[in-house]
Amino acid sequence: MASWDIMHGSRAVAEAVRLADVDVIAAYPITPQTHIVEDTAKMVADGDIRAEYVKVESEHSAMSVVIAASGTGARTFTATASQGLALMWEMLFVASGMRLPVVMVNANRALSAPISIWNDQQDSIASRDVGWIQLYVETNQEALDTTLMAYRIAEDAGVQLPVMVCMDGFVLTHTVEPVEVPDEEQVSKFLPKFKPQQYLDPKDPMALGPIAFPNVYTELRAMQQQAMDGAMSVIEKVNDEFSAVFNRSYGNGLVEEFKTEDAEVIIVTLGSVAGTIKDVIDERGDSKVGLLRIKSFRPLPEDEIRRALKGAKVVGVIEKDVSIGLGKGALASEVRDVMYGSGDSKILSFIAGLGGRDITLDSVRGVIDTCEKALSEDVETVHWVDLKTE
Amino acid sequence: MKISPGGVIRDMGSTVNTKTGGWRSERPVIDNDKCIECGSCWIFCPDSSIIVTTSGNRRTYSVNLDFCKGCGICANECPSAAIKMILEEK
Ligand code: SF4
Ligand code: SF4
Repeated sequence: MASWDIMHGSRAVAEAVRLADVDVIAAYPITPQTHIVEDTAKMVADGDIRAEYVKVESEHSAMSVVIAASGTGARTFTATASQGLALMWEMLFVASGMRLPVVMVNANRALSAPISIWNDQQDSIASRDVGWIQLYVETNQEALDTTLMAYRIAEDAGVQLPVMVCMDGFVLTHTVEPVEVPDEEQVSKFLPKFKPQQYLDPKDPMALGPIAFPNVYTELRAMQQQAMDGAMSVIEKVNDEFSAVFNRSYGNGLVEEFKTEDAEVIIVTLGSVAGTIKDVIDERGDSKVGLLRIKSFRPLPEDEIRRALKGAKVVGVIEKDVSIGLGKGALASEVRDVMYGSGDSKILSFIAGLGGRDITLDSVRGVIDTCEKALSEDVETVHWVDLKTE
Repeated sequence: MKISPGGVIRDMGSTVNTKTGGWRSERPVIDNDKCIECGSCWIFCPDSSIIVTTSGNRRTYSVNLDFCKGCGICANECPSAAIKMILEEK
């Protein structure tokens, strides 16, 4: 029987790891991901997860361990945040280049310097080109559910790519919400035992991760992109199948639309702040403002974004990152790229919630005011939300 | 050519099919008349590119140009100056 409980987002992830029946976990604790490491370690110690738990001395090692384990055909899990993700960076490319279905939860946190343990999404956004699927979640329930879905997506024969589940540090990891924990039988129906496509076996030798000379490197990179393209429909299919078993789903798995139909202003965002934005849209009581939540940032669902935004006169992208030097958010610049040549909507970038600054209802109201102003007059393209100027 | 996802190689030992001698800018040439058959070039070559052929009592040393990188270590080590490095030209 599925059970309801009140729990932190980190605990919800640990429950997903238990239900996914992983074989190898290797992780190094870092705020705000620590509880995931603690909870999964306890579950292994208590015999609730029958997995090898490898304690490592750094995140670089954690990623190396799960890569090696995945190469032997094990279902693997790790989790990190911020500096930890940065330290893994070299190995992130190795996991995706070797096409290993590693699943990792990143508890989104700002990067140093200055030191900040608090939430923003600069860490995973700065890792957008590492070849991993990136799925951003809004709630603790979605963190649990998406971790389960991540294995189905990563292990799909046509995908074979690692998946990073991105959840806002503290806002989700350390906040309690009611969460339905599915029962094991249901989960085993949705997520059967891992049958690897290929794995290291002394009886059937092969070389994983060899050198590629210039005559094949380009082709291997293009194959990664093809796998990403293919992942798009797999993510949708897995979202549908999840819904069939558990009666819950998240938009079409790639994006979630909220009151976008007749909206002339559409807010685009990633992650948990979508909840705040929905509340502000609801309190308006009209149909002029909608929300497009991008769940899958990699692969970026271009067609869905174009379709959802085509009626909007102003698009306001709220995101917790900034590409210093470009001078706007990474998602905003990608949305502009996607919309190039289709319609003439104004696309505004709102940089918000950096280093743990709350994005309040008022912050969102202010963003929407600016977008509505842009319907009839010229406004700046880039806005630093709630920036103190003195 | 069939490329598998992730560049996985099922055909073990295939490294030898990848000829790496093209990186060379100089090539060793052995003067067999000066060679005293000491084997130093064979010992020191970091790329296992010295070939030894034995006929009767006589060992003849030559270079496998498919893999020789032209580093010149063999020429440097040869005690009887039997190896000359000459420029590779088109
Ligand atoms: S030049 Fe270098 S690589 Fe070539 S045979 Fe001599 S020692 Fe070996
Ligand atoms: S080092 Fe010189 S003398 Fe010795 S075997 Fe090689 S070529 Fe002959």
